[in-house]
Amino acid sequence: MTNAIFTGLMLGGMYALIAMGLTLQYGVARIMNLSYGEFLVAASFASYWLFTGWALNPLLGLAIVVPIGFGVSIVLYRFLLTPLVRRAATRDALEVDSLLATFGMMFIVQGIMLTMFGGAYFSYSFLSIPVTLFGETLALNRLVAFGLAVLFGLALYVALTRTRFGTAIRAVAVDPQAARLVAIDVTSMSAFAFALGGAMVAAAGVLVSMFLTFSASSGVIFTMKALMVVVMGGVGNLLGCLVAGLALGLSESLVATFVDPGLTLAVNFALFLGVLLVKPAGLFGRAQR
Amino acid sequence: MSPTHIAAVIAVGAGLVVLALLPRYADAYYLSLAISLLQFTVLATAWGLFSGPTRYVSLATTAFFGVGAYIVAVLGEVLAWPLVLLIAAAIGALMAVIVGISTLRLSGLHFVIFTFGLAELVRQLVIWYEVNKTRVLGRYVFVDITQNDIFWQLLGLAVAVFAIGWLIARSRLGFALRIIGEDETVAKHCGINVTLAKVTLFAISAVFITLVGAIMAPRWTYIEPSIAFNPTISFQVVIMALLGGAHRLWGPAVGAIPLTLLFEFLSARFPATSTLIIGVVFLLIVYALPTGVAGLWERVSRRRAAAPPVQA
Repeated sequence: MTNAIFTGLMLGGMYALIAMGLTLQYGVARIMNLSYGEFLVAASFASYWLFTGWALNPLLGLAIVVPIGFGVSIVLYRFLLTPLVRRAATRDALEVDSLLATFGMMFIVQGIMLTMFGGAYFSYSFLSIPVTLFGETLALNRLVAFGLAVLFGLALYVALTRTRFGTAIRAVAVDPQAARLVAIDVTSMSAFAFALGGAMVAAAGVLVSMFLTFSASSGVIFTMKALMVVVMGGVGNLLGCLVAGLALGLSESLVATFVDPGLTLAVNFALFLGVLLVKPAGLFGRAQR
Repeated sequence: MSPTHIAAVIAVGAGLVVLALLPRYADAYYLSLAISLLQFTVLATAWGLFSGPTRYVSLATTAFFGVGAYIVAVLGEVLAWPLVLLIAAAIGALMAVIVGISTLRLSGLHFVIFTFGLAELVRQLVIWYEVNKTRVLGRYVFVDITQNDIFWQLLGLAVAVFAIGWLIARSRLGFALRIIGEDETVAKHCGINVTLAKVTLFAISAVFITLVGAIMAPRWTYIEPSIAFNPTISFQVVIMALLGGAHRLWGPAVGAIPLTLLFEFLSARFPATSTLIIGVVFLLIVYALPTGVAGLWERVSRRRAAAPPVQA
């Protein structure tokens, strides 16, 4: 039982971390990014490559991979997504357009990784030392990843709620039209939020790669989990991300331990639908006007 | 009926007769190519039936397709073929109604996410069932269906999907859906039962997709979850319908034919990089042809009609 709850919390923390970047991209920049998981796996591959090729500690690798994630996302937003933002007449139209564009992007990134690394599964051994905590044995790499995930989440939360810049970002998420009236540059704020999301996903990819095996085609499952967490928690809400992520992780590990590991996805979907039938805007989301 | 209408009807009839006679003259390679073309034509048109007017992007094609194929694998040897197809259609409709009722009342976004995961969900459930209950993961499809039969059945299905699409466009349901696509709030205020209309159409579209899966199943002889629930099918169908233009009945078919040929060529020539190339093609279509060939055609013909004649 304790073990199942521990695993669930770890898993949930990971889901929350993965989803935080997406909630920024979707909540602020209004880009429904279906290639999100592919970028996560790309970061995992980068970390793998740095670790096996250059013997670089993945925690130091973060300092390289995260800025790259930020830069790549800025370039993507400026050159691929800004034309769509300009073209879209309404927010719904932008949602559909960005969805289709990132759907194409998903196959491009996946195709690049397939040609570079093939379809095999990859993993590397880093800090896989057993640690005993509350009478349960856990791997150190999982604990470190969890701790860093909490740290990143807190840092992002403080930055968004306590700084002037973060307040501007949240204003764009609430109402882009009104944000313009108080002299917020919505276009560059959206670009920045999208890139920040890209940096978060890069961080998540590096952390996940420390303890999970991954392949070029395993991005879809990350995208799906992240989408479910974001929508369940309420779009653009970090606290919602955390709660929904933990709920998803806990339900998954409890079902895997006590019922059948083959039914985890079914439980995820049941939870997702159950929450949305009661609260269509998500746990912490506001009802749409 | 004007003379042009009569001419069109005769042309379509003659085209169908030629197509129906094709298996007699074509060799095995061209027959299998024709089957692929018909398969994607039906799939893309059925997808466009629902997603065209409502603008809800469904990524669940492969879930229905795979369920159809699996029903044949399970029941194909036990029951008569027409009965198997009937059951496949019924289960496809039931699944669509369940998914539709639980997600179509929410926003379009939730629908997309759910359909995105539906294939994976159904696949996991099938694997769980096969591993725990029947203790076999793959199944052999032993039915007495030849390539010619598959071709004729798909041709019949193609005729049916166009006929039904044509009828829906002229019915109250089609009119209601066009209003929903324009503005859902307005549609509600007009007294349209929005959820009922969407779920009905989603079910009709799903029945055709499930039937395609069922008809195509004998082609494989051996199926397992990873073959039946292949996610690229969902993707290919969306891109075909987008290229042609999903807001017209004939749009998806226009996109299906060139892209099926392209995918066939790519998977034969460049198997390693085909995913990458398909993604690039997809992006090109989204950016260059947002309303598809159908939209381009409308713009060109409108411009031609608006321009004054140069010489009388």
